[in-house]
Amino acid sequence: MHWEFPEADAGEHIEGACVGENGDTSLRVLVADLHIHTCLSPCATLDMTPQKIVKEAKKKKLDIIAITDHNSAENIAAVMAVAEDVGLAVIPGMEITTEEEVHIVGLFEDVEAALSMQYQVYDRLQPGKNDEDLFGMQVVANAFDEVEGMNTRLLIGATRMNLGRVVKAIHERNGVAIAAHIDREAFSLMGQLGFIPDGMNLDALEISRRMTLEQGRLVFRDLKRIPFLTSSDAHDLEEIGVSPTGFRVTRPALTELKQALRGTGGRGIEY
Amino acid sequence: MKLADIVEELQLTVKTGAGLLDREVTGGYVSDLMSDVMANANEGVLWVTLQIHQNIVAVAVMKSLAGIVLINGREPEPATVQKAETEGIPILVSGMPAFELVGRLFALGISGS
Repeated sequence: MHWEFPEADAGEHIEGACVGENGDTSLRVLVADLHIHTCLSPCATLDMTPQKIVKEAKKKKLDIIAITDHNSAENIAAVMAVAEDVGLAVIPGMEITTEEEVHIVGLFEDVEAALSMQYQVYDRLQPGKNDEDLFGMQVVANAFDEVEGMNTRLLIGATRMNLGRVVKAIHERNGVAIAAHIDREAFSLMGQLGFIPDGMNLDALEISRRMTLEQGRLVFRDLKRIPFLTSSDAHDLEEIGVSPTGFRVTRPALTELKQALRGTGGRGIEY
Repeated sequence: MKLADIVEELQLTVKTGAGLLDREVTGGYVSDLMSDVMANANEGVLWVTLQIHQNIVAVAVMKSLAGIVLINGREPEPATVQKAETEGIPILVSGMPAFELVGRLFALGISGS
């Protein structure tokens, strides 16, 4: 079977409807890895191609993956095309580098929203050309694992958008904003800014694979008003699915994950 | 002034690039944001930072910096050390905080402009 993503505007109406119509019996735990890079990210290995990523995700028994390259969304459609045939849900995403050099993972309901975010990011990305020898290749791939071309932008760089603006831009596109790997020092919200600024409307905090979700909840217990999840931040195939999060939802769609993060409608984070 | 002179004057620990200390230092730059260094540091300067991630090496290569000084006795990550050795970037460590270190560098005649 393959998964249908809901229309973008249908999402908010599902919240009440699903519980009443389908009941909690249709809820099940879906295993997600919501932070995976492809060969488009300069720091990822070149075998992070659409077909290999999907194959590895299936092997690791994941139900949902999110493709989150640095400051770009150009490989998402290819991964989705491959995944559609094998019943793997792909959430379009992007790992955006804010002005403060904080990594924020944005997850979107459809490719169009991710590409719209990409245009804004490209417009404000640090100028310059990627140096392949220094930072790595930025391969745009198609669903056949063929090279479509090289992205020449400085994807490793930061955008001229501060943290608040990035989160707002994600929300304007009905997306989910997650502070990436908060337990790491480099490029993390806690490492760069020390604490979460007032009024920062983050949807989740990501614990890296360096610790378990439980350990993360303990270390960052002061932040527990925000939901925690854990993802692999995979830059090579082996890393895919090493620290998955189990979501109690009815379908593998972002609207469901949103409810699980909020803990509404019987949805929730299982582990 | 050469890197070797600065190492000696300020008693810096040489973590990488021990064979590259005859490099001339043309000035100094202090920043903990890599994007800022990429945008604003001049060629040949010594970069003072607390960042220990391997990306500092890539930035230093890209901007042809003379070297990197880590403050507060910070230990570079193993991947950073490895990359610095491969790319030929000297990484030096000072036990001093940035303010103190930069003041000493300035007193030695290293300027920011």
